[in-house]
Amino acid sequence: MKLRDYESIVGRDVIDELCLIAEKLKGKKIQNINSTAVGGGVAEILNRLVPFLQELGVDASWDVIKGGDQFFKITKKIHNALHGKEETLTPEECEHFLEINERNKNVLRPEADVFFIHDPQPAALVRYKKELGKRWVWRCHIDISVANQEVWRFIRSFVENYDGSIFSAPSFSFPLPIRQFLISPSIDPLSEKNRDLSEEEIESVLNKLNIYRDKPILTQISRFDFLKDPVGGIEVYQLVKKYVDCQLILAGGTADDDPESTEVLLKVREKAADDPDIHILLLPPGSDIEINALQRASDVVLQKSIREGFGLTVAEALWKAKPVVASAVGGIPLQITHKHGGLLCRSIEGAAHFVKQLLQNPDYAKRLGENGREHVRQNFLLTRHLKEYMLLFLALEHEEDIVYL
Amino acid sequence: MPQKSSSKAGETFHFFTRVHLRELTGLRAHNLTELLEHLRTVPGSVIYHHTHHFLQQHQYLSPEPPNDFAYWVTESLNNNRLGERLASINTTEFPTIRDLREKIIKTIESEAERKKDQNQAPEGEEFHFVRAVSFVLPTPYVATDLQEFLEGLKKVTIGSLYYHIFESRLRLEKPTNDFSHWLEENLGEKALAGQINKLDPYTHTMEGLRKRLISLIEKRIPKMQKESHEAKRL
Repeated sequence: MKLRDYESIVGRDVIDELCLIAEKLKGKKIQNINSTAVGGGVAEILNRLVPFLQELGVDASWDVIKGGDQFFKITKKIHNALHGKEETLTPEECEHFLEINERNKNVLRPEADVFFIHDPQPAALVRYKKELGKRWVWRCHIDISVANQEVWRFIRSFVENYDGSIFSAPSFSFPLPIRQFLISPSIDPLSEKNRDLSEEEIESVLNKLNIYRDKPILTQISRFDFLKDPVGGIEVYQLVKKYVDCQLILAGGTADDDPESTEVLLKVREKAADDPDIHILLLPPGSDIEINALQRASDVVLQKSIREGFGLTVAEALWKAKPVVASAVGGIPLQITHKHGGLLCRSIEGAAHFVKQLLQNPDYAKRLGENGREHVRQNFLLTRHLKEYMLLFLALEHEEDIVYL
Repeated sequence: MPQKSSSKAGETFHFFTRVHLRELTGLRAHNLTELLEHLRTVPGSVIYHHTHHFLQQHQYLSPEPPNDFAYWVTESLNNNRLGERLASINTTEFPTIRDLREKIIKTIESEAERKKDQNQAPEGEEFHFVRAVSFVLPTPYVATDLQEFLEGLKKVTIGSLYYHIFESRLRLEKPTNDFSHWLEENLGEKALAGQINKLDPYTHTMEGLRKRLISLIEKRIPKMQKESHEAKRL
């Protein structure tokens, strides 16, 4: 995929602008460092953005630190603790974390101008800042607003030494003595999950999944996880069903090694009882076309989460010009301007009321969906993400409000 | 400032573009009192961001691009009256960010006093103060006459329109927008410059504004050609 392939979606002017900005970065070497080359959101983002930066003539590279089982067990604990889970790190665990970061020192390329470190796993590499100099940025891909304070203090002791940090949403951050930039994640409009589908492709997926479009479709795409509140989704549907004969699709994956998801699924099935209009679909990893088709076949998309990371499934649905009703949590309020590009809810009753409104007023639903799609086009496609990363590299050299390049 | 040289009499117009990056200030408000407290002290670039980013981020939402304060007060504090008053602040009336800040503060103060409003935003819906860092870059597009100006206008990004129309006037405290200034000073197009300056850019989407500008210039070009032809005949 080349950047010019996106021209028909975002406009030639946007791609030209990326080229203009990239010219200002000529000769700069940017080194991205994270802890995994495959799987997970960070690797997915880097897999797309690094080649595009290179295509634009920016000397970007990407390296991965190595660590054993023990290291990744510790970083998983850190990850959970930063999400708010009660965890403690023993002095030995802290020691091991530092030791692995130290062993990965050779990953750092001394010729780099910017060290772009992603997430907590390689955060301690900043201890080599004194030796190597240059600019250091820490990219936090997670919501640390309710972080376990003890573990955060440990990570913060490294973060404070960076020149800048990046968060996905204002509410995800914590006061820090360094600059904090706001860069939201993005979706790729040409990926399998988001590209245009023909009616035949959509129909073929629906047939495979035994879904018939004989009744309006309300869909929630998310893991079977308490925080995504699929049970609440059923309650919303049941309130709507009293007035509009519709069907509900709950589609997402489960993790075999996650006992919680099994429990959630059990509760969902219990709640759904024998209602033939509730479709519970367990999708295997990589079901991108299926998700795409389900979103496109929906009349209303629901995201009734209790807590969210950024909640990019909302941007995915909006990109398909679907009217969305979603909880005002995590990064969702950044994606939906209430009553302009979707509807934000705070309760099951509120969500049901909005879903009903949309199903009964197709023109209103259509307008919200179209506005939502334009909002995503302007703000949540990877071209915007690419632009902001480049601006960030430039911003590290400037403190002023207006920078003339 | 790069655009300064381009708007001197007899000079080529260089189209610049403006892109921005958002920086968190770490300041947040849960209610009107906290909102007011921070409004008095945050840098101008913060006020600018919250009164202008809607124009670029929600450029399809016409005709109501409210400012962030209006949106938050309405949606998170449920204060519709104040929200409406904040949304109706006519940004074009204020020549500087300082004046705009004063107006916003006064509007909130009067309402806070009247209602003793102490509504709290629900958890997670606090107002976060964000600063805009602007980057101004030259584009390859230049104009020496109205036709070239029109061609450039058709090709530049909305960031360029934004820069020449909004940023130059309010944030850089210029008395008019760059387009009107250049058209009047260089081409003697006083009437056209006046028409453009009179447009309320805050009630158009950026693409809508581009269309309006193009239409004004396209109407003017044949008239101008006719005038020039007649002048030659005389």
